[in-house]
Amino acid sequence: MSNAKAVSDASFEADVINSEKTILVDFWAEWCGPCRAVAPILDQIAAEHGDKLEIVKLNVDDNPQTAMKYQITSIPALKVYKGGEVVKTIIGAKPKAALEADLAAFI
Amino acid sequence: MREIIIIGSGPAGFTAAIYAARAGLKPLLLASSVEAGGELMNTTEVENFPGFPEGIQGPELMLKLQEQAEKFGTEVVLDDVTAVHLAGDVKSVETGYSGTFEARSVIFATGSAYRKLGLHDEERLSGRGVSWCATCDGFFFKTKTIAVVGGGDSAMEEATFLTRFAEKVYLVHRKDSLRASKIMQERAFANDKIEFVWNSEVVGIQGENAVEGLQLRNTVDGSTSQLPVQGLFVAIGNDPRVHLVHGQLDLTAEGTIAVEGRSSMTNLPGVFAAGDVIDPHYRQAVTAAASGTVAALDAEAFLAALDQAEAEASDLVTAS
Repeated sequence: MSNAKAVSDASFEADVINSEKTILVDFWAEWCGPCRAVAPILDQIAAEHGDKLEIVKLNVDDNPQTAMKYQITSIPALKVYKGGEVVKTIIGAKPKAALEADLAAFI
Repeated sequence: MREIIIIGSGPAGFTAAIYAARAGLKPLLLASSVEAGGELMNTTEVENFPGFPEGIQGPELMLKLQEQAEKFGTEVVLDDVTAVHLAGDVKSVETGYSGTFEARSVIFATGSAYRKLGLHDEERLSGRGVSWCATCDGFFFKTKTIAVVGGGDSAMEEATFLTRFAEKVYLVHRKDSLRASKIMQERAFANDKIEFVWNSEVVGIQGENAVEGLQLRNTVDGSTSQLPVQGLFVAIGNDPRVHLVHGQLDLTAEGTIAVEGRSSMTNLPGVFAAGDVIDPHYRQAVTAAASGTVAALDAEAFLAALDQAEAEASDLVTAS
């Protein structure tokens, strides 16, 4: 799995909603093949653009409340939060170039 | 320059790699960045791959195939191919991040991609109830009512799998009979949670921020109806992935790469194709694996003939 910091139902408010940074949350699960495939790519993006975009991960099995609140029905789901609001949603694993294009406004 | 590059990492690609590696050709296998392992990575139990009487999980099977290919010297690169140049003696393959590779032969084992319904709201509601991957997304439909559209094995498998989570699964099919295998049909028929909706095609998906229902059209009398569901899983088949070779390789009327007879030979010398990308009919893990074997053997023979021709040419030069 990605090396990103794990956030939870309990910490989501503090770690994501109230954060001053722009944060990408990777909604994932152990049993999701495409989630495993995209994890190292997110690590690379974090390494290259970590100053502008913080990347964290939320395990949907362990944190159903947050997954339900944000109406997650497909994973991997990548949601960018800014000032507590979702400003971008990306569904499904994509190659690095495609993710960078989708995230161009934030990195 | 390399002897052989294999593009694709499903059963066809890895089996071709096992054979090519055992032949001492040190194959390079370009596996893609996010779809390595191919379609089986998104399946659960594989019950029809010979040698596994207890069944095997799709991802586990693919990891084992990769391990076997690497054991004999296959180099696996997790990158996406962006362009290929196939005419001429030197084939070149460009990738997203790993640069350009050159080889004397190339095997295409790029498989196929999920077909979409082609409806206006399909893309908009993707990730909001519309899905192509039951194993990835089924979990989110606990106690919900959903629909699976399709009539083949993958539709039956998805519908049956989804009953683990969903309250009810409608199986929407445009005909009144299925093309799925007998065992998969019987399993679906026997499942109390699955209800078949025959002779119906999905013509619309409703919902503002999430799927709320489907509009169906009866294929016999043309009447329309509504089906309230919170999820839609699309399993209406696959299209061969041939975008890389358009204009370079001949295709069949079905859109697959054209090969000569039962071989893997395309219209270009040194370029071979295997697996779902040449097969509009069978599309099984084991037929893909067999097809990968054919391609590796064809490539091996091609390279041997090239070596021999070069040796004879240099003998002639030496003799004169």
